[in-house]
Amino acid sequence: MWRFIAGRLLQAIPVILAVITVTFFLVRVAPGGPFDSEKAVIPEVKAALEAQYRLDLPLGQQYFAYLQDLARGELGPSFKYPGRSVNELIAAGLPATAELGAYALLVAVVLGGLAGVVASLKPNSAQDYIPMSVAMIGICMPTFLLGPLLVLLFGIHLEWLPVAGWGDIPGDKILPSLTLGAAYAAYIARLSRAGMLEVMSQDYIRTARAKGLPEWQVVTRHALRGGLIPVVAFLGPAFAGLLAGSFVVETIFQIPGLGRFYVQAAFNRDYTMILGTTVFLSTLIVLFNLLSDILAAWLNPRLRAQYGEA
Amino acid sequence: MHRIVRVVSLALVAAFLGGCSAGESNVAQGNREGILHFGNGSEPQGLDPHVVTGVPESKIIDALFEGLTRKNPWTLEPEPGAAASWEFSEDRRVITFHMQPEGRWSNGDPVTAHDFVWSWRRALDPAMGNLYAYMLYPVENAEAYATGKIDDPALVGVRALDDMTLEVTLNAPTPYFLQLMDHYSSYAVHRETIERFGKATDRFTRWTRVGNIVTNGPFQLQNWQLNRRIVVERNPHYWDNDAVRLNGIVFYPTENIVSEERMFRVHQLHYTNDVPLNKIPAYRKMADTPFVEAPYLGTYFYLLNTERPPLDDVRVRKALSLAVDREALTRNVLYGSNNPAYAITPPGTLGYQPPQLFAFDPEEARRLLAEAGYPGGDGWPGLELIYNTSESHRKIAVALQQMWKDALNITVTLSNQEWKVYLDSVSQMNFQVARRGWIGDYVDPNNFLDLYITDGGNNNTGFSDPVYDELILQRAPRAATQEARFALFHEAETRLMEQMPILPIYTYASKHLVHPSVKGLPPNLMDFVNVKYIHLEDVPLTEFELE
Repeated sequence: MWRFIAGRLLQAIPVILAVITVTFFLVRVAPGGPFDSEKAVIPEVKAALEAQYRLDLPLGQQYFAYLQDLARGELGPSFKYPGRSVNELIAAGLPATAELGAYALLVAVVLGGLAGVVASLKPNSAQDYIPMSVAMIGICMPTFLLGPLLVLLFGIHLEWLPVAGWGDIPGDKILPSLTLGAAYAAYIARLSRAGMLEVMSQDYIRTARAKGLPEWQVVTRHALRGGLIPVVAFLGPAFAGLLAGSFVVETIFQIPGLGRFYVQAAFNRDYTMILGTTVFLSTLIVLFNLLSDILAAWLNPRLRAQYGEA
Repeated sequence: MHRIVRVVSLALVAAFLGGCSAGESNVAQGNREGILHFGNGSEPQGLDPHVVTGVPESKIIDALFEGLTRKNPWTLEPEPGAAASWEFSEDRRVITFHMQPEGRWSNGDPVTAHDFVWSWRRALDPAMGNLYAYMLYPVENAEAYATGKIDDPALVGVRALDDMTLEVTLNAPTPYFLQLMDHYSSYAVHRETIERFGKATDRFTRWTRVGNIVTNGPFQLQNWQLNRRIVVERNPHYWDNDAVRLNGIVFYPTENIVSEERMFRVHQLHYTNDVPLNKIPAYRKMADTPFVEAPYLGTYFYLLNTERPPLDDVRVRKALSLAVDREALTRNVLYGSNNPAYAITPPGTLGYQPPQLFAFDPEEARRLLAEAGYPGGDGWPGLELIYNTSESHRKIAVALQQMWKDALNITVTLSNQEWKVYLDSVSQMNFQVARRGWIGDYVDPNNFLDLYITDGGNNNTGFSDPVYDELILQRAPRAATQEARFALFHEAETRLMEQMPILPIYTYASKHLVHPSVKGLPPNLMDFVNVKYIHLEDVPLTEFELE
């Protein structure tokens, strides 16, 4: 098991290094620079700014200097917010993003789990088709479409909920959590339906029914535990995906999270901020994937044996 | 394990629902406690007056710091700030400022003339990379020092005669110089604080953070939550503290104007940075409307690249401009909140009226186009218009595209570019027609007209006219009277519009929602807020009913 974990961590290093390298050179190719502004910048000022940010060095040298800083955990100063380091900006944005991710996951598990279980109880009936069709739509509908649609309906047409913000107006956390959670709810619905269907055909369910338990107790006491294992295994990558993928939702709803910094950094050509968030998020994704693999192995002895051999 | 999962889930649900409970609104609480809730557009880049460049930054910095003067929000005339009084020499090249005898930093240190000398040298130091250093260029040797032509800051024309007397020597009499004294690039910063956290010219230090920053304005920094709010509170050491009526201001980075408007309607904000265009008609109809609009010192226009065909022909440039029905555009697309523009300088800038050489005239436009070799649009080589991605820029571009099609039977293709790509295209002159806006830094026609001097950094059109250059750079600064100076500006602007390197479209307007409880926050040409004059009245909160 330890060998498996160590192996996976070693594999992660070249992956993250590749991400850094590609991002580093890609952002430099984009037209426009961090100091371009609407008013002309005189050459002396531009030179002074570039010197303060080491942009006057050859690109290769800048790259290695960046790697050295990174090895010390330093993501560098932000271009857009002078006086702030990227580490600090990430720390400032992470709480809102994590909170949003947690609520979205809650929405996903509750709505998705419920829909999946309900559908699995009467397969190939209306009770199955309706929630599963809704789930299919949920998977297909991108957040940048669902978000504005929900805003249009609940925010502008019905005026029930705020259209944007995070913790400013009561109820403003509901629409973003729903929007972000919807696609994951749909996945979870399909996963839990499949898991439940498999479990419901097992012998121990027949035994439970045979001893005269009411159907709802068969489902909640016996079937649910086994049926939801695929969902549990999915939660790790799902949470990583929610953190990394929340930028669209954060932009739509003006949430002061990491994702919005990320998008703005790209627009501003804030080189260090783009790199810093990319490195941070890709590390997070790698770690969460590893975590869910470990969890799956822990739940499933067959997998564990397989990893032990590897 | 199960218990933990259950507790965590319950806590999450509770937190999620807890966000729904309503409390007392910001406005009700603010009116009682004297706290203004201010929609400020976006998160400031920072609070160092010699580093930042934006409007949201200026609003916060004006509350925290104070220049030598501070504008009256009704008349825009300079009033005493860090300087109690000032006088000009006979030739108007030397200004002597007398500092406030009771001027204090927020830590109690006296504000002296030496603070300003040190700060101006810092603002001009090339190592600072200050984008607004040019605001101090009217000062003798300031430009030479800022561009590295001289190394000795002592040669810059700002000297402390003693603690309380500051002498400023200008290159030439500069009628708008006093106006620059309440632009943040001319503010004094606290030397000891800055040097405690790093080099004077360092951009990355922590000196502007809560607990570190020392300021000399009516307010001091209390709290700064990134992307959420900045809170300033009364500065008890401020020399004119008795005149300050607010106890504090909360600045919100309200980037989304739709949600900003909704925050205003539920009494979370006293003041909005902007108003969504489509809400304007409904607000206008409201009795006792909180909607406030006023002309704003800026012009929206298109750059015409005079170095590329077909725009290298002045007749084509004029044809395009004459074919635009600006009245219809401002009325129908902009909901009547802006005025049509026929020149670069907004009318009424310090009493100056720009020339109007043309009007909407499709007949004449067709004639000019035919003369240029494209009768009825025949043989038109096509034209591309670029703008930075934005819904409102697109609407205007589409309207003009249609007007050109209707009046001249020519096709113009639209191309939106992401902000930095667009900036790059404009500065490289890699375009045929490009959207542009210019907001005045100070109220004087010079601020608009010096854009088009030959090879000016913001010219971006290829326009070059030695007579124009001479009028703006040599003759106008030496004019004996304001009338003579304006006559020279008028002559220059007439030459500019005869050549039409730009296609003026409209002049800007400032638009805000201002809560009825807010007093002393009048609209003005600079959209300038003087926090000293603002106070809040405890009025009953009523619903804003929109049709």
